[in-house]
Amino acid sequence: MPASRAHHISHQFDKELEDLRSRVLAMGGLVEERLAQALDAITHPSVELTDFVVRGDSKINTMEVEIDTECTGILLRRQPAASDLRLVLAVSKISTDLERIGDEVKRVAKVVGNIALEGNPRSYYVGIIPIGQRVRRMLRAALDAFARMDSHAALLAAKEDPEIDREMEPFMRQLVVSMMDDVACIPTVLDVIVAVRAFERIGEHADNICENAIFMVEGKDVRHVALQDIEQALNLQRGLG
Amino acid sequence: MQQSDPQAQPDTSPIPDFTKAAKHYERSAPGAAECLSVEDLCLFYGQHQALFNVNMSIREKRVTAFIGPSGCGKSTLLRCCNRLNELIGNVRTEGAINLKGENIYAPSTDISNLRRRVGMVFQKPNPFPKSIYENVAYGLRIQGINNRRVLDPAVEKALRSAALWEEVRDRLHQSALGLSGGQQQRLVIARAIAIEPEVLLLDEPASALDPISTLKIEELIFELKANYTIVIVTHNMQQAARVSDYTAFMFMGKLVEMDETKKIFTTPTQKQTEDYITGRYG
Repeated sequence: MPASRAHHISHQFDKELEDLRSRVLAMGGLVEERLAQALDAITHPSVELTDFVVRGDSKINTMEVEIDTECTGILLRRQPAASDLRLVLAVSKISTDLERIGDEVKRVAKVVGNIALEGNPRSYYVGIIPIGQRVRRMLRAALDAFARMDSHAALLAAKEDPEIDREMEPFMRQLVVSMMDDVACIPTVLDVIVAVRAFERIGEHADNICENAIFMVEGKDVRHVALQDIEQALNLQRGLG
Repeated sequence: MQQSDPQAQPDTSPIPDFTKAAKHYERSAPGAAECLSVEDLCLFYGQHQALFNVNMSIREKRVTAFIGPSGCGKSTLLRCCNRLNELIGNVRTEGAINLKGENIYAPSTDISNLRRRVGMVFQKPNPFPKSIYENVAYGLRIQGINNRRVLDPAVEKALRSAALWEEVRDRLHQSALGLSGGQQQRLVIARAIAIEPEVLLLDEPASALDPISTLKIEELIFELKANYTIVIVTHNMQQAARVSDYTAFMFMGKLVEMDETKKIFTTPTQKQTEDYITGRYG
């Protein structure tokens, strides 16, 4: 059953859980911001911007550690059950996924910033931008679904992942053709491929966030479950047949 | 999450029937059978109704915990299982409780034998003002067993089962009142199991004990369930989560929800259960 939103008898416990949610959403916001800046560095190459994104990863790492410490404290002090327990477990896992996204964003910023700064033809890397924007929207939708405790919104966000994978395929083929046509561009294109794979992994981590949001709200572990089966189960649960 | 590949050939092999496998395991696993069944049980203290149409099944050689706020009827329901409520007076019961298929509220029920088969341990340890040995032997003596060759091994076995033997073997004939609270409670458990019951009813057995004694009692419960069906009432939800296989949540005399303990404490289906175990109740 969906989590109760009534207050705990212990207001302190309410505050601790709310603080935990706020921390992970703040971390999500920071990661999303860094992703936007990494994409910006493609269209507006800037050494300063690239360095800013790369250096900003340490703050994301620190937030992960702080959130995990807080989760440990709540488990110790409160021995939460049911929806509270699922919230703490979900937050712990989501913070790990956000930290990994931060690592991938740093990788993108390093690789693509260098490509742009070296004056390579835009055609090699401009195709990354729509993919990156779509990944960013998926991440935003996943975090929104977690914030609103909306399992259906989480499922909708998760459906973006296979679409993103499908969008990458023609771009990857194009990159392979570029390498076949001009061997001189191989090092650059390989770097672009690194960035594309990083976006792919960001999408997978966002998918994990959606799974954890559904687990938190519905109490169902949907890892390794096909999207249509999850949709059917959620609809059945809500009497939608 | 996975996305089905539309190009892949569909797997048409039959899905293994896990339900059959689960039921087979359930039948063959020790303690899977039903020991006690409560059917439409209502209880009245005079004009006041304390239990409303309670239906539940208690599994053999498993630990079932009753949880709920004060006054919800969990201790009342516990005492119904060996008709101890009738000692209170002005109590009327409707419905049935079946112990291994026999209705304990049938007029032909031998209540003394019932209370031998269904033993009870209370919150406050209540050893008799006798020696440790005589406390444990008491139940056997009133059955007419006085031969030391029978009593001695029976007393030792009960004390070993209650994880107390090593602590008292050298002072069996000293007063039981000289034991610590935790030891007294284990002595009371030994006294109950000396007469080889089928069911043990534990009414907040550790609530009056210190944390270490509490853990020892919990450890003992875990060991005892290999041989006895155990029903425990507790206000400590973490204790219920630790020691029990099944948990029943009661509220205002009604059974709200009962399921495997893990499910109750991670994904309860009833909002009342969720509110209670997350501390939103009240």
